[in-house]
Amino acid sequence: MSDLAADDPLTTFLAAIPYARFLGMSGIRAGDEMTAILPFSPHLIGNTQLPALHGGVLGAFMEMTALLQLSIDERQQRQPRTIDVTIEYLRPGRPLTTFARADVRKVGRRIANVHVEAWQETRASPVAALRGHFMLSAR
Amino acid sequence: MTSDDAFLAAVADRMVRETPQAVALGIEFVSAAPDVGIMKVCYRADLVGDPHTGVLAGGVITTLLDHVCGLAVSGRNGGGSATLDLRIDYMRPAEPGRDVFARAHCYKFTNSIAFVRAIAYEDMPEDPIATAQGAFVLAGAPAPSPAP
Repeated sequence: MSDLAADDPLTTFLAAIPYARFLGMSGIRAGDEMTAILPFSPHLIGNTQLPALHGGVLGAFMEMTALLQLSIDERQQRQPRTIDVTIEYLRPGRPLTTFARADVRKVGRRIANVHVEAWQETRASPVAALRGHFMLSAR
Repeated sequence: MTSDDAFLAAVADRMVRETPQAVALGIEFVSAAPDVGIMKVCYRADLVGDPHTGVLAGGVITTLLDHVCGLAVSGRNGGGSATLDLRIDYMRPAEPGRDVFARAHCYKFTNSIAFVRAIAYEDMPEDPIATAQGAFVLAGAPAPSPAP
């Protein structure tokens, strides 16, 4: 069981990205499956009345989850580049820990299609979803 | 300054000073007119998404675009709206070290939904970093039926 050691691409990827630290996100791996985790923090709030997480934060967290999953699957030398994302907001993101999992639907020679879903207390009641295309670097 | 302008400026001021995520990113209000808003985010090393290039994270642009869309929507309904969906196309990386502006235009209101387009850029909207298209649910709109 050496695959959770310091050379884990997940740990390396997250530690190297200032914006991932700004969000405060982390991830857990179970084999080739990865769950991204965004603990609640007051600076993530976008609506103080509800209160709710900023929609941009949920979008950013899911985009980062897609990039993380691709970095694990594809062993990218460089970070993939986002081409486009479509974000669907299903429920207000409450001031709780948010989780996300990415499903890499297709990896072509240069472009990957990834679907991501984010949830809080109940996996079956997602708060948001993202679909996106990402340009892969040379392998 | 007309009463419309004063109202928009007050909404924009609240959006940048009283929204914790906007404060954390350092989002600043630039200008507003009916159905149009401009905001910016200043370059900061802790917002970089790719340490090899120093380019701001896509998520920073996403949040700026979402936020400025909210401003463009706010003139008609007093400020309350929730994002239904947002599609973002990334044309090119933001230039490292430079501030990023975003301009949003709400081009259609229905009773319950606002349709908005937005562009992120450094110098001019004709040379975009990213473009966005979104639909926003207006506060006070009839509640949708509960999810099954």
